[in-house]
Amino acid sequence: MAQKKVIDARGTFCPGPLMELIANIKLVNVGDELEVLSTDQGSQSDIPEWVNKVGHQMVSTTEQNGVWHIVVRKAK
Amino acid sequence: MRILIVGGGMGGTILANNLARRLKNELKTGKVKITMLSASDKHMYQPGLLYVALGRMATDELYRDQASLLEPGIEFQVDPVEEFHLDKNQVKTKGGKTHSYDLIAIATGSRPVPEAIPGFAENSINCYTEAAALKFHKTISEFKGGRVVIAVGVPHKCPMIPPEVTFTLYDYFKDRGMLDKVSFHYTYPIGRLHSLEPVSNWMKGEFAARNITTETLFNIKEIDGAKKVIRSEEGSEAKFDLLVAVPAHKGMEVIEKNNLGKGGWIPVDKLRLTIEGRTNAFALGDTTNIPISKAGSTAHFEAEALAENLASIVKIGSPVRDYDGKVFCFIEAGKDRATYAMFNYNNPPDPKPPTKSIHWFKMAYNQLYWASARGLL
Repeated sequence: MAQKKVIDARGTFCPGPLMELIANIKLVNVGDELEVLSTDQGSQSDIPEWVNKVGHQMVSTTEQNGVWHIVVRKAK
Repeated sequence: MRILIVGGGMGGTILANNLARRLKNELKTGKVKITMLSASDKHMYQPGLLYVALGRMATDELYRDQASLLEPGIEFQVDPVEEFHLDKNQVKTKGGKTHSYDLIAIATGSRPVPEAIPGFAENSINCYTEAAALKFHKTISEFKGGRVVIAVGVPHKCPMIPPEVTFTLYDYFKDRGMLDKVSFHYTYPIGRLHSLEPVSNWMKGEFAARNITTETLFNIKEIDGAKKVIRSEEGSEAKFDLLVAVPAHKGMEVIEKNNLGKGGWIPVDKLRLTIEGRTNAFALGDTTNIPISKAGSTAHFEAEALAENLASIVKIGSPVRDYDGKVFCFIEAGKDRATYAMFNYNNPPDPKPPTKSIHWFKMAYNQLYWASARGLL
Protein backbone atom coordinates (compact mmCIF):
# COMPACT_ATOMS: atom_id res chain seq x y z
CA MET A 1 0.00 0.00 0.00
CA ALA A 2 1.35 3.42 -0.99
CA GLN A 3 2.62 5.56 1.88
CA LYS A 4 2.77 9.31 2.33
CA LYS A 5 5.69 10.94 4.09
CA VAL A 6 5.96 14.57 5.15
CA ILE A 7 9.28 16.40 4.80
CA ASP A 8 9.13 19.43 7.04
CA ALA A 9 11.70 21.74 5.45
CA ARG A 10 10.13 24.94 6.76
CA GLY A 11 12.71 27.54 7.69
CA THR A 12 15.68 25.48 6.59
CA PHE A 13 18.25 26.96 4.26
CA CYS A 14 20.74 24.15 3.73
CA PRO A 15 20.39 21.63 2.17
CA GLY A 16 16.95 23.08 1.45
CA PRO A 17 13.59 21.68 0.38
CA LEU A 18 14.51 20.35 -3.08
CA MET A 19 17.71 18.65 -1.87
CA GLU A 20 15.70 17.09 0.98
CA LEU A 21 13.17 15.80 -1.54
CA ILE A 22 15.94 14.30 -3.70
CA ALA A 23 17.45 12.59 -0.64
CA ASN A 24 14.14 11.29 0.70
CA ILE A 25 12.73 10.04 -2.59
CA LYS A 26 15.55 7.49 -2.63
CA LEU A 27 14.20 6.03 0.62
CA VAL A 28 10.57 5.41 -0.41
CA ASN A 29 8.89 2.95 -2.76
CA VAL A 30 7.52 3.61 -6.23
CA GLY A 31 3.98 4.92 -5.83
CA ASP A 32 4.66 6.50 -2.42
CA GLU A 33 4.00 10.20 -2.00
CA LEU A 34 6.16 12.84 -0.36
CA GLU A 35 4.73 16.11 0.89
CA VAL A 36 7.33 18.84 1.15
CA LEU A 37 6.56 21.73 3.51
CA SER A 38 8.57 24.76 2.50
CA THR A 39 8.70 28.43 3.38
CA ASP A 40 11.01 29.03 0.41
CA GLN A 41 9.03 30.79 -2.33
CA GLY A 42 11.34 29.20 -4.92
CA SER A 43 10.12 25.70 -4.04
CA GLN A 44 6.86 26.19 -5.98
CA SER A 45 8.88 26.37 -9.19
CA ASP A 46 12.12 24.47 -8.63
CA ILE A 47 10.52 21.31 -7.20
CA PRO A 48 8.07 20.85 -10.13
CA GLU A 49 10.89 21.59 -12.59
CA TRP A 50 13.06 18.85 -11.12
CA VAL A 51 10.16 16.38 -10.70
CA ASN A 52 9.12 16.78 -14.34
CA LYS A 53 12.69 16.63 -15.63
CA VAL A 54 13.55 13.43 -13.79
CA GLY A 55 10.23 11.70 -14.46
CA HIS A 56 8.35 11.60 -11.15
CA GLN A 57 4.80 12.96 -10.78
CA MET A 58 3.52 16.22 -9.33
CA VAL A 59 0.35 15.62 -7.32
CA SER A 60 -0.45 19.07 -5.95
CA THR A 61 0.97 22.44 -4.97
CA THR A 62 -0.85 24.61 -2.45
CA GLU A 63 0.05 27.54 -0.22
CA GLN A 64 -1.34 27.99 3.28
CA ASN A 65 -0.28 30.86 5.52
CA GLY A 66 3.08 31.26 3.84
CA VAL A 67 3.87 27.54 3.77
CA TRP A 68 4.04 25.67 0.46
CA HIS A 69 2.67 22.13 0.52
CA ILE A 70 4.09 20.31 -2.49
CA VAL A 71 3.07 16.69 -2.99
CA VAL A 72 5.15 14.46 -5.26
CA ARG A 73 4.64 10.81 -6.23
CA LYS A 74 7.66 8.60 -6.86
CA ALA A 75 7.11 7.20 -10.34
CA LYS A 76 10.17 5.08 -11.00
CA MET B 1 21.84 8.78 36.80
CA ARG B 2 23.51 6.89 33.97
CA ILE B 3 24.15 8.84 30.77
CA LEU B 4 25.23 6.84 27.72
CA ILE B 5 26.78 8.50 24.67
CA VAL B 6 27.05 6.30 21.59
CA GLY B 7 29.65 7.57 19.14
CA GLY B 8 32.99 9.33 19.63
CA GLY B 9 32.98 11.76 16.73
CA MET B 10 32.68 15.51 17.01
CA GLY B 11 29.09 15.54 18.31
CA GLY B 12 29.54 12.79 20.88
CA THR B 13 32.88 14.13 22.11
CA ILE B 14 31.77 17.75 22.56
CA LEU B 15 28.59 16.53 24.25
CA ALA B 16 30.51 14.29 26.67
CA ASN B 17 33.06 16.96 27.61
CA ASN B 18 30.57 19.80 27.93
CA LEU B 19 28.32 17.58 30.03
CA ALA B 20 31.18 16.38 32.24
CA ARG B 21 32.12 19.96 33.09
CA ARG B 22 28.52 20.92 33.82
CA LEU B 23 28.13 17.83 36.03
CA LYS B 24 31.58 17.92 37.63
CA ASN B 25 30.21 17.72 41.18
CA GLU B 26 27.68 15.01 40.34
CA LEU B 27 30.42 12.94 38.69
CA LYS B 28 32.64 13.32 41.77
CA THR B 29 29.94 12.19 44.16
CA GLY B 30 28.84 9.32 41.93
CA LYS B 31 25.37 10.74 41.44
CA VAL B 32 26.03 10.73 37.69
CA LYS B 33 27.94 8.35 35.45
CA ILE B 34 28.86 9.25 31.85
CA THR B 35 29.87 6.44 29.52
CA MET B 36 30.96 6.77 25.91
CA LEU B 37 30.96 3.80 23.54
CA SER B 38 32.83 4.23 20.27
CA ALA B 39 33.93 2.11 17.35
CA SER B 40 37.48 3.51 17.42
CA ASP B 41 40.18 4.57 19.86
CA LYS B 42 41.13 7.34 17.42
CA HIS B 43 39.38 10.63 16.70
CA MET B 44 39.67 12.00 13.15
CA TYR B 45 39.49 15.68 12.19
CA GLN B 46 37.44 15.07 9.08
CA PRO B 47 37.69 18.58 7.55
CA GLY B 48 41.44 17.97 7.30
CA LEU B 49 40.83 15.44 4.54
CA LEU B 50 40.45 18.26 1.98
CA TYR B 51 43.98 19.39 2.80
CA VAL B 52 45.32 15.82 2.64
CA ALA B 53 43.74 15.56 -0.82
CA LEU B 54 45.59 18.72 -1.89
CA GLY B 55 48.89 17.59 -0.37
CA ARG B 56 48.81 20.29 2.30
CA MET B 57 48.35 18.12 5.39
CA ALA B 58 49.84 14.77 6.41
CA THR B 59 47.47 12.00 7.41
CA ASP B 60 48.90 11.69 10.93
CA GLU B 61 47.85 15.30 11.60
CA LEU B 62 44.22 14.17 11.31
CA TYR B 63 44.20 11.99 14.41
CA ARG B 64 44.34 12.13 18.20
CA ASP B 65 43.76 9.37 20.73
CA GLN B 66 40.09 9.64 21.67
CA ALA B 67 40.81 9.01 25.35
CA SER B 68 43.18 12.01 25.41
CA LEU B 69 40.33 14.33 24.35
CA LEU B 70 37.91 13.35 27.09
CA GLU B 71 37.40 15.02 30.46
CA PRO B 72 38.42 12.96 33.49
CA GLY B 73 35.43 11.08 34.84
CA ILE B 74 34.06 10.02 31.46
CA GLU B 75 34.20 6.25 31.10
CA PHE B 76 35.37 5.50 27.55
CA GLN B 77 35.10 2.09 25.94
CA VAL B 78 36.04 1.03 22.41
CA ASP B 79 33.13 -1.31 21.93
CA PRO B 80 30.56 -0.28 19.33
CA VAL B 81 26.86 -0.76 19.96
CA GLU B 82 25.21 -3.44 17.84
CA GLU B 83 21.75 -3.54 19.37
CA PHE B 84 19.61 -0.69 20.64
CA HIS B 85 16.76 -1.70 22.97
CA LEU B 86 15.26 1.72 23.62
CA ASP B 87 12.13 0.23 25.22
CA LYS B 88 14.32 -1.41 27.86
CA ASN B 89 16.80 1.50 28.16
CA GLN B 90 19.60 -0.84 27.17
CA VAL B 91 22.15 -1.35 24.42
CA LYS B 92 24.24 -4.40 23.61
CA THR B 93 27.76 -4.03 22.24
CA LYS B 94 29.89 -5.95 19.79
CA GLY B 95 31.89 -7.19 22.78
CA GLY B 96 28.73 -8.73 24.23
CA LYS B 97 28.23 -6.26 27.08
CA THR B 98 24.83 -4.85 28.01
CA HIS B 99 24.72 -1.22 29.12
CA SER B 100 21.66 0.16 30.87
CA TYR B 101 21.04 3.89 30.93
CA ASP B 102 18.69 6.60 32.11
CA LEU B 103 19.55 9.00 29.26
CA ILE B 104 21.06 8.09 25.89
CA ALA B 105 22.49 10.27 23.10
CA ILE B 106 23.22 8.66 19.74
CA ALA B 107 25.90 10.31 17.60
CA THR B 108 27.04 7.58 15.26
CA GLY B 109 27.47 9.86 12.23
CA SER B 110 27.21 9.09 8.54
CA ARG B 111 29.19 7.25 5.88
CA PRO B 112 29.81 7.75 2.17
CA VAL B 113 28.22 5.12 -0.05
CA PRO B 114 30.04 5.32 -3.40
CA GLU B 115 28.90 1.76 -4.11
CA ALA B 116 25.34 3.06 -4.59
CA ILE B 117 26.24 4.39 -8.06
CA PRO B 118 27.58 2.08 -10.80
CA GLY B 119 31.15 3.03 -11.73
CA PHE B 120 31.50 5.64 -9.00
CA ALA B 121 34.34 4.24 -6.92
CA GLU B 122 36.51 3.19 -9.86
CA ASN B 123 36.19 6.32 -11.97
CA SER B 124 36.09 9.29 -9.64
CA ILE B 125 37.97 10.88 -6.76
CA ASN B 126 36.73 12.42 -3.52
CA CYS B 127 38.03 13.42 -0.09
CA TYR B 128 35.63 11.72 2.32
CA THR B 129 37.94 9.06 3.75
CA GLU B 130 41.69 8.91 4.36
CA ALA B 131 42.15 6.39 1.54
CA ALA B 132 40.02 8.48 -0.82
CA ALA B 133 41.94 11.66 0.03
CA LEU B 134 45.28 9.94 -0.68
CA LYS B 135 43.93 8.61 -3.99
CA PHE B 136 42.71 12.15 -4.77
CA HIS B 137 46.18 13.58 -4.23
CA LYS B 138 47.92 10.89 -6.27
CA THR B 139 45.45 11.37 -9.12
CA ILE B 140 45.72 15.15 -9.33
CA SER B 141 49.50 15.08 -9.01
CA GLU B 142 49.67 12.76 -12.04
CA PHE B 143 46.98 14.57 -14.05
CA LYS B 144 48.34 15.95 -17.32
CA GLY B 145 45.37 18.11 -18.25
CA GLY B 146 41.88 17.90 -19.67
CA ARG B 147 38.33 18.46 -18.55
CA VAL B 148 37.67 18.33 -14.80
CA VAL B 149 34.04 17.63 -13.94
CA ILE B 150 32.62 18.10 -10.45
CA ALA B 151 29.47 16.12 -9.57
CA VAL B 152 27.55 15.86 -6.31
CA GLY B 153 25.64 12.96 -4.73
CA VAL B 154 22.65 13.47 -2.41
CA PRO B 155 22.58 13.64 0.55
CA HIS B 156 26.17 14.48 1.37
CA LYS B 157 28.20 15.55 4.37
CA CYS B 158 29.77 19.02 4.39
CA PRO B 159 27.79 21.06 1.88
CA MET B 160 30.74 23.39 1.28
CA ILE B 161 32.92 20.68 -0.23
CA PRO B 162 31.60 21.11 -3.81
CA PRO B 163 32.62 24.79 -4.06
CA GLU B 164 35.73 24.32 -1.91
CA VAL B 165 37.10 21.44 -3.92
CA THR B 166 36.47 23.38 -7.13
CA PHE B 167 38.19 26.57 -5.98
CA THR B 168 41.14 24.84 -4.33
CA LEU B 169 41.71 22.44 -7.22
CA TYR B 170 41.62 25.38 -9.62
CA ASP B 171 44.40 27.06 -7.64
CA TYR B 172 46.30 23.76 -7.42
CA PHE B 173 46.48 23.52 -11.21
CA LYS B 174 47.12 27.26 -11.49
CA ASP B 175 50.16 26.95 -9.23
CA ARG B 176 51.44 24.13 -11.42
CA GLY B 177 51.06 26.33 -14.52
CA MET B 178 48.46 24.03 -16.03
CA LEU B 179 45.44 26.29 -16.47
CA ASP B 180 45.97 26.39 -20.25
CA LYS B 181 45.55 22.60 -20.24
CA VAL B 182 42.70 22.30 -17.72
CA SER B 183 39.03 23.28 -17.90
CA PHE B 184 36.40 22.98 -15.16
CA HIS B 185 32.75 21.96 -15.44
CA TYR B 186 30.70 22.11 -12.22
CA THR B 187 27.40 20.26 -11.85
CA TYR B 188 24.95 20.44 -8.95
CA PRO B 189 21.78 18.51 -8.03
CA ILE B 190 19.34 21.41 -7.63
CA GLY B 191 18.54 24.42 -9.79
CA ARG B 192 21.40 26.61 -8.60
CA LEU B 193 25.10 26.26 -7.77
CA HIS B 194 24.66 25.71 -4.04
CA SER B 195 21.90 24.89 -1.57
CA LEU B 196 22.34 28.29 0.05
CA GLU B 197 21.10 30.88 -2.43
CA PRO B 198 23.46 33.66 -1.25
CA VAL B 199 26.40 31.26 -1.60
CA SER B 200 25.17 30.25 -5.04
CA ASN B 201 24.93 33.88 -6.13
CA TRP B 202 28.46 34.54 -4.88
CA MET B 203 29.76 31.44 -6.69
CA LYS B 204 28.34 32.63 -10.02
CA GLY B 205 30.70 35.58 -10.15
CA GLU B 206 33.68 33.57 -8.91
CA PHE B 207 33.06 30.86 -11.51
CA ALA B 208 32.62 33.39 -14.32
CA ALA B 209 35.99 34.93 -13.46
CA ARG B 210 37.59 31.49 -13.80
CA ASN B 211 35.68 30.39 -16.94
CA ILE B 212 34.15 27.50 -14.99
CA THR B 213 31.10 26.19 -16.85
CA THR B 214 28.09 24.87 -14.96
CA GLU B 215 25.07 22.60 -15.23
CA THR B 216 22.35 22.46 -12.58
CA LEU B 217 19.64 19.84 -11.94
CA PHE B 218 22.31 17.17 -12.41
CA ASN B 219 21.93 14.11 -10.14
CA ILE B 220 24.43 11.32 -10.65
CA LYS B 221 22.90 8.21 -12.23
CA GLU B 222 25.92 6.29 -13.51
CA ILE B 223 29.54 6.70 -14.50
CA ASP B 224 30.89 5.02 -17.64
CA GLY B 225 34.62 4.68 -17.10
CA ALA B 226 35.33 3.30 -20.57
CA LYS B 227 33.74 6.29 -22.30
CA LYS B 228 34.69 8.71 -19.51
CA VAL B 229 31.14 9.96 -19.27
CA ILE B 230 28.95 10.72 -16.26
CA ARG B 231 25.19 10.52 -16.81
CA SER B 232 22.48 12.22 -14.80
CA GLU B 233 19.05 11.12 -13.60
CA GLU B 234 17.74 14.08 -15.57
CA GLY B 235 18.96 12.59 -18.88
CA SER B 236 22.08 14.64 -19.60
CA GLU B 237 25.71 13.59 -19.62
CA ALA B 238 29.13 15.17 -19.21
CA LYS B 239 32.44 13.96 -20.61
CA PHE B 240 35.39 14.11 -18.26
CA ASP B 241 39.11 13.49 -18.09
CA LEU B 242 39.09 13.83 -14.31
CA LEU B 243 35.92 13.31 -12.29
CA VAL B 244 35.66 14.75 -8.78
CA ALA B 245 32.46 13.30 -7.37
CA VAL B 246 31.01 13.84 -3.91
CA PRO B 247 29.54 10.49 -2.82
CA ALA B 248 26.02 10.28 -1.47
CA HIS B 249 25.87 9.47 2.24
CA LYS B 250 23.80 7.28 4.52
CA GLY B 251 23.58 6.97 8.26
CA MET B 252 25.37 4.08 9.92
CA GLU B 253 24.23 0.52 9.25
CA VAL B 254 23.60 -0.13 12.94
CA ILE B 255 20.85 2.54 12.89
CA GLU B 256 19.09 0.90 9.95
CA LYS B 257 19.52 -2.62 11.35
CA ASN B 258 17.84 -1.55 14.59
CA ASN B 259 14.98 0.13 12.71
CA LEU B 260 15.77 3.49 14.24
CA GLY B 261 15.45 5.36 10.96
CA LYS B 262 15.31 4.89 7.19
CA GLY B 263 18.61 5.47 5.49
CA GLY B 264 20.27 5.40 8.91
CA TRP B 265 18.83 8.83 9.81
CA ILE B 266 17.01 8.95 13.16
CA PRO B 267 13.85 11.10 13.28
CA VAL B 268 14.22 13.71 16.03
CA ASP B 269 12.56 16.89 17.20
CA LYS B 270 14.58 19.64 15.52
CA LEU B 271 14.56 21.88 18.62
CA ARG B 272 15.09 19.42 21.48
CA LEU B 273 16.85 16.61 19.55
CA THR B 274 14.60 14.05 21.25
CA ILE B 275 14.12 10.86 19.25
CA GLU B 276 10.50 10.66 18.06
CA GLY B 277 8.32 8.84 20.58
CA ARG B 278 10.97 8.97 23.33
CA THR B 279 11.65 11.23 26.28
CA ASN B 280 15.05 9.96 27.41
CA ALA B 281 16.69 9.24 24.05
CA PHE B 282 18.37 11.84 21.86
CA ALA B 283 20.34 11.99 18.62
CA LEU B 284 22.66 14.63 17.22
CA GLY B 285 25.02 15.40 14.36
CA ASP B 286 24.79 13.64 11.02
CA THR B 287 22.74 10.89 12.69
CA THR B 288 19.49 12.88 12.73
CA ASN B 289 16.95 13.34 9.96
CA ILE B 290 16.70 17.11 10.60
CA PRO B 291 16.70 18.87 7.21
CA ILE B 292 19.85 20.78 8.02
CA SER B 293 23.49 20.66 6.90
CA LYS B 294 25.34 17.48 7.77
CA ALA B 295 28.46 19.21 9.05
CA GLY B 296 30.81 19.26 11.99
CA SER B 297 29.56 22.65 13.12
CA THR B 298 25.97 21.38 13.19
CA ALA B 299 27.07 18.57 15.50
CA HIS B 300 29.09 21.05 17.56
CA PHE B 301 26.22 23.48 18.21
CA GLU B 302 23.69 20.69 18.72
CA ALA B 303 26.05 19.11 21.26
CA GLU B 304 26.31 22.36 23.23
CA ALA B 305 22.51 22.71 23.39
CA LEU B 306 22.00 19.05 24.25
CA ALA B 307 24.69 19.11 26.96
CA GLU B 308 22.96 22.03 28.63
CA ASN B 309 19.64 20.21 28.46
CA LEU B 310 20.92 16.87 29.74
CA ALA B 311 22.68 18.62 32.61
CA SER B 312 19.41 20.43 33.37
CA ILE B 313 17.48 17.19 33.34
CA VAL B 314 19.93 15.88 35.95
CA LYS B 315 19.83 19.04 38.06
CA ILE B 316 16.23 20.27 37.79
CA GLY B 317 14.39 17.51 35.98
CA SER B 318 13.71 19.21 32.65
CA PRO B 319 15.53 20.69 29.64
CA VAL B 320 15.97 24.44 29.41
CA ARG B 321 16.72 25.44 25.83
CA ASP B 322 16.18 24.73 22.16
CA TYR B 323 18.76 24.12 19.46
CA ASP B 324 18.25 27.11 17.17
CA GLY B 325 19.60 25.48 14.00
CA LYS B 326 22.95 27.28 14.18
CA VAL B 327 25.51 26.25 11.57
CA PHE B 328 28.86 27.91 10.78
CA CYS B 329 30.80 26.76 7.74
CA PHE B 330 34.08 28.08 6.44
CA ILE B 331 34.29 28.20 2.63
CA GLU B 332 37.77 27.96 1.15
CA ALA B 333 37.65 30.10 -1.99
CA GLY B 334 41.05 29.01 -3.24
CA LYS B 335 44.47 28.30 -1.78
CA ASP B 336 44.66 31.50 0.26
CA ARG B 337 41.24 33.14 0.50
CA ALA B 338 38.13 32.07 2.36
CA THR B 339 34.73 33.24 3.48
CA TYR B 340 32.05 31.68 5.66
CA ALA B 341 28.33 31.03 5.94
CA MET B 342 26.58 31.32 9.30
CA PHE B 343 22.86 30.73 9.65
CA ASN B 344 20.15 29.19 11.80
CA TYR B 345 16.51 28.17 11.46
CA ASN B 346 15.39 31.79 11.24
CA ASN B 347 18.23 33.70 9.63
CA PRO B 348 19.77 32.94 6.22
CA PRO B 349 23.52 33.33 5.66
CA ASP B 350 25.07 36.44 4.21
CA PRO B 351 28.50 35.43 2.94
CA LYS B 352 31.03 38.23 2.57
CA PRO B 353 33.72 38.52 -0.10
CA PRO B 354 36.56 36.08 0.68
CA THR B 355 39.65 37.37 2.43
CA LYS B 356 43.09 36.07 3.30
CA SER B 357 42.43 36.65 7.00
CA ILE B 358 39.46 34.27 7.04
CA HIS B 359 41.57 31.68 5.23
CA TRP B 360 44.25 31.99 7.88
CA PHE B 361 41.63 31.74 10.59
CA LYS B 362 40.51 28.49 8.98
CA MET B 363 44.14 27.31 9.04
CA ALA B 364 44.27 28.19 12.73
CA TYR B 365 40.97 26.42 13.34
CA ASN B 366 42.47 23.25 11.86
CA GLN B 367 44.60 23.22 15.04
CA LEU B 368 42.04 24.81 17.35
CA TYR B 369 39.65 21.98 16.50
CA TRP B 370 41.18 19.88 19.23
CA ALA B 371 40.12 22.54 21.75
CA SER B 372 36.64 22.42 20.21
CA ALA B 373 36.48 18.65 20.61
CA ARG B 374 37.43 19.07 24.25
CA GLY B 375 34.45 21.40 24.55
CA LEU B 376 36.64 24.45 25.24
CA LEU B 377 35.91 26.51 22.11
